[in-house]
Amino acid sequence: MIVLDPTDESASAQREPIARPVSLDGVRVGLLDISKPRGDVFLDRLEALLGERGVAVRRYAKPTFAKPLPPDLRREIAAECEVVIEALAD
Amino acid sequence: MPDFPRDGVVAVVKRDCPTCRLVEPVLAQVPGITVYSQDDPTFPPGARDDTGLEASLALDVETVPTLVRFAGGAEVARTAGWLRPAWEELTGVDGLGAGLPEHRPGCGSRTSDPELAEELLVRARGHTLASRTLELTALEDEAEALYDRGWSDGLPVVAPTRARVLRMLDGTTRGPGEVVAVVPPNLVPVTVEKVAINAVLAGCRPEYLPVVLAAVEAACTDEFNAHGLLATTWGAGPAIVVNGPVAGEIGLNSGGNALGQGARANSTIGRALQLVIRNVGGGRPGGVDRATLGHPGKVGFCFGEDEAGSPWEPLSVSRGMAAGVSAVTVFAAEGPRGIADQISRTPGSLARSLAAGLRSVAHPKLPMGFDATLVVCPEHARVFADAGWSRADLAAALAEALTLDPAEIVRGAPGGLMIVHAGGGAGMFSAVIGGWVGGTAGSTPVTREVVR
Repeated sequence: MIVLDPTDESASAQREPIARPVSLDGVRVGLLDISKPRGDVFLDRLEALLGERGVAVRRYAKPTFAKPLPPDLRREIAAECEVVIEALAD
Repeated sequence: MPDFPRDGVVAVVKRDCPTCRLVEPVLAQVPGITVYSQDDPTFPPGARDDTGLEASLALDVETVPTLVRFAGGAEVARTAGWLRPAWEELTGVDGLGAGLPEHRPGCGSRTSDPELAEELLVRARGHTLASRTLELTALEDEAEALYDRGWSDGLPVVAPTRARVLRMLDGTTRGPGEVVAVVPPNLVPVTVEKVAINAVLAGCRPEYLPVVLAAVEAACTDEFNAHGLLATTWGAGPAIVVNGPVAGEIGLNSGGNALGQGARANSTIGRALQLVIRNVGGGRPGGVDRATLGHPGKVGFCFGEDEAGSPWEPLSVSRGMAAGVSAVTVFAAEGPRGIADQISRTPGSLARSLAAGLRSVAHPKLPMGFDATLVVCPEHARVFADAGWSRADLAAALAEALTLDPAEIVRGAPGGLMIVHAGGGAGMFSAVIGGWVGGTAGSTPVTREVVR
């Protein structure tokens, strides 16, 4: 029996995550708030801790947690940071 | 294209046809005739082999024997069955078939054989399909094989053979390559053909396809936000309510058990939408679908509005569509829960009952934080109809009854409520279908015309 593929044929079978950096020296860290309540509390603390270690930080926020990250914001973070930490708090 | 003579007579016959056997000696009387045999190349002697039916299809033969005269490379005359004067006129030979009856009807061409219909359909139109094909081996159980490939929501699916997909595509006038929408979460452009394949998997009939296409379009809008609805830990999924003539034409249930099982259109249209999101968009439970609990209607949730028995204009008209236009409205839905009120005889009293049922959506102290849909049953709608209440009158009464003392409110904001009329004629039981966060931070119901 011959059947037709119902799936997205352009999707790759698997995607490899990029390697984790071994240290944060000289790396800029993006802190992304998805705009859930109290996510800022978590990220404020992380920013303070990273600041004590001399790590450069940039803050970002999604307009709403209920929708995907706008593509422009994703590109902006990718252009400006090597590492990103996302807060999923509630 | 078979090599037909530029000038001359062509006959198409099959041994299985008594009339063809009857005229075998007649064929020998026609000088230079070219005979194609559909089932046995030795009948009659000297015949060309047309068991592959190429010549029969090229000539669009419906009956055997068929006799065709070509002149200058074009068909100029044709007759089917045995009729002596017609054969003599077409061939220009007198005295054909002496001793035979004057007339005998022919038999059906093998091109019309039901056993060959699928093969011929694929041969004629298979090239219009662009999707990758997979061959299941004879040792594979097809239901198991399709499940193993991850194409199913957990229930058996119908194998999307090329013939089934081609027949499904006959349900729409849209071309198979036309892009319908960009499907979340992976943001994949989906063609009419891919939707048709998933509609076959879901068990749809071809006439359901325009409704499925409209639902996919509606669900893949920024306002509906199917990605967010899928990704949230809240358990709602997409549901579809159908308005307009298409609902009756395809047998969509809007009466007794409208939200339940048993009607094929109800059971498969919502499932097709969910399979598109799963298979094309890549949205799967455990992947982007993060629901804490979910609900059984996430397999597929679709019903019609009972317009004929409704005291109100169709929901689609309330939402801006023209009257008489078929439309789908896609909305975020939990499972339905009944609201019993067999006592109220005034619209105000009944509205307060329905409001009490709506209050429990999400949490009683999060008033209207989540959208909801109220399905008003006929026996409840009659109370509002007798009092002359419009849909807007009911909505206003519900809003008033749902207003809480601020001291009781934890969080809350005015939310969206849709009111639909459906259900069987007996039973003073309406239903509330909880939604999800409304507005720009969540999902807004979307209505789209069903284009056929």
